[in-house]
Amino acid sequence: MGAGGGGAPELYELPPGEPDPGRGPGILSGLRQEGARGVLIAVVSTFVVAAAIAFAVSRSPNWPAVKEAFFNGEEFRSSFPDIAAKFIRNVEYFVVAEVFILAFALLLAVMRSLSGPVFFPIRALSILYTDLFRGIPTILVVYLLGFGVPSLSLTGVPSSATFWAVVALILSYSAYVAEVYRAGIESVHPSQAAAARSLGLSRWKTFRFVVIPQAVRRVVPPLLNDFVGLQKDTALVAFVVVVPEAFKEAQIIQNADFNFTPLLAAALLFLLVTIPMTRLVDWLVSRQRRRRQVATAL
Amino acid sequence: MRGSTVRKILVGLAVLGLLAAGCASENPVLSSGSPPVGETAADCAKGVTTYVSPGALIVGTDNPAYPPYFQGGAAKGSQWKLNDPATGKGFESAVAYAVAGAMGFSADEVRWAVAPFNQTYAPGAKSWDFAIEQISYSAKRARAVDFSDSYYDVNQALVAVKGSPITNAASLADLKGYTLAAPLGTTSYDYIVDVIKPTKEPGAFSSLSDTVAAINAHQVDGIVVDLPTALFIADPFVQEVKNSVVVGQFPTVGTPEHFGMTFVKGNPLVGCVNQALAELKSEGTLQAITTKWLSEKTNVGAVPVFSTS
Repeated sequence: MGAGGGGAPELYELPPGEPDPGRGPGILSGLRQEGARGVLIAVVSTFVVAAAIAFAVSRSPNWPAVKEAFFNGEEFRSSFPDIAAKFIRNVEYFVVAEVFILAFALLLAVMRSLSGPVFFPIRALSILYTDLFRGIPTILVVYLLGFGVPSLSLTGVPSSATFWAVVALILSYSAYVAEVYRAGIESVHPSQAAAARSLGLSRWKTFRFVVIPQAVRRVVPPLLNDFVGLQKDTALVAFVVVVPEAFKEAQIIQNADFNFTPLLAAALLFLLVTIPMTRLVDWLVSRQRRRRQVATAL
Repeated sequence: MRGSTVRKILVGLAVLGLLAAGCASENPVLSSGSPPVGETAADCAKGVTTYVSPGALIVGTDNPAYPPYFQGGAAKGSQWKLNDPATGKGFESAVAYAVAGAMGFSADEVRWAVAPFNQTYAPGAKSWDFAIEQISYSAKRARAVDFSDSYYDVNQALVAVKGSPITNAASLADLKGYTLAAPLGTTSYDYIVDVIKPTKEPGAFSSLSDTVAAINAHQVDGIVVDLPTALFIADPFVQEVKNSVVVGQFPTVGTPEHFGMTFVKGNPLVGCVNQALAELKSEGTLQAITTKWLSEKTNVGAVPVFSTS
């Protein structure tokens, strides 16, 4: 995709050479204007900084031991394939949880946005839920549900710790995501709803066809931000589940070999997923900002 | 567009250079300090200059300190959960005081520090002279820390809920179809993977208490822990695992497994501790401690052994 942005109509393409108002202070932004000289300076400067860091670190008296314990190439090579194989589980937990979070959180946000005294209990319930689950560390919810519910041996209730650990992630993250949705809903100008009502749309249809679509579109970047958080927190599932995922597998090898390098391999796998997601968020944010600025100018 | 791509690549290379520089450094071979030669462990210990706190021997162990390795409880407000190692009660506490005594330290000169398992092998300075917390020796582990000689040859054992199908197992082959688990970072887990080789993927939980929680929550059919721990958690008066029984102990496959005290690599004290252990073994003291705190308290010998066929 070009800098103009995907399938969006290219109505507001800027004149060439003009500084792009929509672009934030990205990593490459300075270079874009400086040209080849700027790139050269950046490369030299990076190497100088790198050399300084390497010198300082390798001078530290315990560096050989640290290198052996955390940056062991042999350990990395032998552990990486095993950890990568388990990383599939993290992706599975993530995908399943995310689908339910998006739906459940929207429900919570809608519940909270209902106006009128008759809906007070529903609003109160939504607020109570959000306060509660945003306030409890996710790991505690994972432990309480993952070990607690199966211990009850209730008939007709799933007894798998995996099921309940993923439910814990859904409960916890829905509280955050509901707040993101709510911010989006509140950011839609009241005149939008007023206009829709004056066109004869019912309250519900106004909400469904006018407010929600605009709200969701606005909060896509912060939603993706929570995606990144969730992807990392899938590691929490392993605390109560028998089968190991990437982080637990890394810990198993770490403790067997008394070497921390496998943790580095696990970190790398998480980065492979989260960095592209973060870049996507950045790109979406800058596209949105650019559109809004052009729209304001018009 | 192309110019911008080239720039991005160049910047990418620069960043890679930064990372590479971070990793590139010569790897000098670590010198494992040769223990000084002394007449007795006490003479040896006098010659050591690397004590964390000269005049005292600081011993590290994990918190909570579990029975039967540590017993005697902990005072209210103490930093120690379950048991305060300074009581001298429990197997490892008794061994530590015996070793300290052989090296010429009085009981008052022995102090205890909390040493979480992971921290025992992390590089860097330590707040203790050696750690004693049921750490099994392996050649790979010995690349990160120095181990003392064995103070206990350990067997693994299986704990399960009374009356469940797994309690009828008599051989390793009988166990293959069950879901097993062990605490993370233990040789118990390695035993499951390397020797039992179950068809269902085994679990590793973050701690002993999480492993116990997993069997209580019906997530696993049985848990593998070292035999003294198994006898403790299935003890009729303790029953950490509800309604549980020690199904059997596992036969030694390959080299026998043993616990060793761990030291920061190159610490000359390891030689003195080995000498102390040798003295305690020849006097019969170590055997007496083992009998008192493990055999008599826990009936280590009475548990049936799984057959290998």
